[in-house]
Amino acid sequence: MYAYDQYDQAMVDARVEEFRDQARRRLEGKLTEDQFKPLRLMNGLYLQLHAYMLRVAIPYGTLNSLQMRALADIAEKYDRGYGHFTTRQNIQYNWIKLEDAADILADLAKVEMHAIQTSGNCIRNISSDHFAGATADEVVDPRPYAELLRQWSSFHPEFSYLPRKFKIAVIASEKDRAAMRLHDIGINIVQNDTGELGAAFYVGGGMGRTPMIAPCINAFVPLDHFVTYAEACLRVYNRYGRRDNKYKARIKILVHELGAEEYTRQVEEEFAQLLDQGIEPPLAELERIRTFFEDPPFDGDADAEIDRSDPDFAVWVDRNTVPHKQPGYVSAVISLKPVGGIPGDATAEQMRLMADLAKDYSFDECRVMHTQNIVLPHVRKADLHALWTALEDAGLGSPNLDTVEDIIACPGLDYCSLANARSIPVAQKISERFAANGKTGTLGELKLKISGCINACGHHHAGHIGILGVDRKGVENYQLLLGGSEAEDVSLAKITGPGFDENGIVDAVETVTSVYERERQDGERFVDTYRRIGMNPFKEALYG
Amino acid sequence: MRLLTGNDLKSGAVTWWTGSDWSIHIEDAVDVTGSEDEIARREEAARRVNVPYAIDAELHEGSPRPSHIKERVRALGPTVRPDLTLKPADPEIGNWVI
Ligand code: SF4
Repeated sequence: MYAYDQYDQAMVDARVEEFRDQARRRLEGKLTEDQFKPLRLMNGLYLQLHAYMLRVAIPYGTLNSLQMRALADIAEKYDRGYGHFTTRQNIQYNWIKLEDAADILADLAKVEMHAIQTSGNCIRNISSDHFAGATADEVVDPRPYAELLRQWSSFHPEFSYLPRKFKIAVIASEKDRAAMRLHDIGINIVQNDTGELGAAFYVGGGMGRTPMIAPCINAFVPLDHFVTYAEACLRVYNRYGRRDNKYKARIKILVHELGAEEYTRQVEEEFAQLLDQGIEPPLAELERIRTFFEDPPFDGDADAEIDRSDPDFAVWVDRNTVPHKQPGYVSAVISLKPVGGIPGDATAEQMRLMADLAKDYSFDECRVMHTQNIVLPHVRKADLHALWTALEDAGLGSPNLDTVEDIIACPGLDYCSLANARSIPVAQKISERFAANGKTGTLGELKLKISGCINACGHHHAGHIGILGVDRKGVENYQLLLGGSEAEDVSLAKITGPGFDENGIVDAVETVTSVYERERQDGERFVDTYRRIGMNPFKEALYG
Repeated sequence: MRLLTGNDLKSGAVTWWTGSDWSIHIEDAVDVTGSEDEIARREEAARRVNVPYAIDAELHEGSPRPSHIKERVRALGPTVRPDLTLKPADPEIGNWVI
């Protein structure tokens, strides 16, 4: 894992003290809320429905046990004993006091963490593949590149006041586990025929009120120029992105309005000029970063077999572990989706347990998935039973990765001031319904995603089944969408028709899964059947 | 009726104007129809509340109930964490919000 150097630490420490002074002046009345708001937002501090909310950055979702334990301590000391892991691989605390905020940032800084650029119109936390460095299907570990981008984008003077927020994802595999093409910039590190590595740039994707899939604007940028290319993409956006209309200010609108070809032409022109200026970080820096991401000391003799005599354990192994590049190892997913629970929430005790398990079984490392679960990336198969037993005891052993119970849900109207409807109770009812009817396993891979408003933090456009909460004259209503995906088979979901009330939407989800069960052919997932038979059979079943 | 609400500057807690002070309990809120702007200005200047604003409400069994669900969720806390709402033992809470 990357460890701060003196510059990283000095920058973060200085920011804590700067914010401490700003918060003090606000509390003393020397700053108005209008003056203070942009300052607190630059430090991830929002004002939500019930209190201040603090969003803490977890760079490309990676945490060591010390950091996870610090997150638990913050939950206990300053919040109400829990935190919420988000679809941007971050964590949010819902009950923060302004008078505590600077102390929390100081506690974070002690473990090389911060909340900088988790809000505001700047480059946000860089996200990546949660199996990076563990999976066999990547051409290279994408994390050093994500880290280099993190350093480049932190306090970037030119990009601190962009037209709108800006999200970047970096992967290095044909399998997309980071919703790469639904980011402002998605970078896929690829290998060409001669074995050379380069970065494919996808620009102008996003969800929100105008969902778009990013087109590829350059299929192979040499890696010794990829930061410069990112700079060129941002420069064109910063210059021409619309600042007159918040709803048209994201880069996806610029790329769409200019056309991908014209946008690309401008980027290439900018890139050519920037090349002369030598802004690319020196290769030595990338090499320095790379040393932090070397393989841990794997046990070369690790047992390749798993004792599956305990049937409950065997189900968990089948559903929640994924192959690893190293023989004798797997990546294990800790589900934060207990049946009837709140997707992505973890108590302080659970966080501490996950920290301990990461230390004991995964070389002191865990990852936050954008699907709001936690990965232990490198677990010996021989340790899986002990790991599972500990998880079971703590309510973290749900065997439901990528099933209908593994629901992404944003905080919705229970916490979020922008929400139109509650997301969490719908998720709870759906997982309870499918746990009760026993179909979770038989439905196979089914990605269900719920947002409480059009901002789409719950990725509803990209769900095999998506649910969007809307406000119908003060009453919560839920639209159903089908056919989305944020993986390598990326697609945007379509609305089925009129919306449903809270119980009706749960029935509707069950109805569409029944259509799938009736119509599916061998090996088809829900989304495959939908793509083959189209919307009509589902509509007929829903609306008659 | 109109209620004046905001968040406590220091804690961020949801608060309601009682006529002389701020309370976290919506039962204490009073009708501010006609004077909401003036009270909001004064109280914000006194740093006793952050971003106050007025909302519509009705009387429900003798206490105010916000007209919009968002304000009802604000008044009581997240519906999915009954242990964290202001009336944890009250079985009617859910009905009051929804
Ligand atoms: S999708 Fe809407 S309701 Fe959900 S967290 Fe985002 S802004 Fe809030």
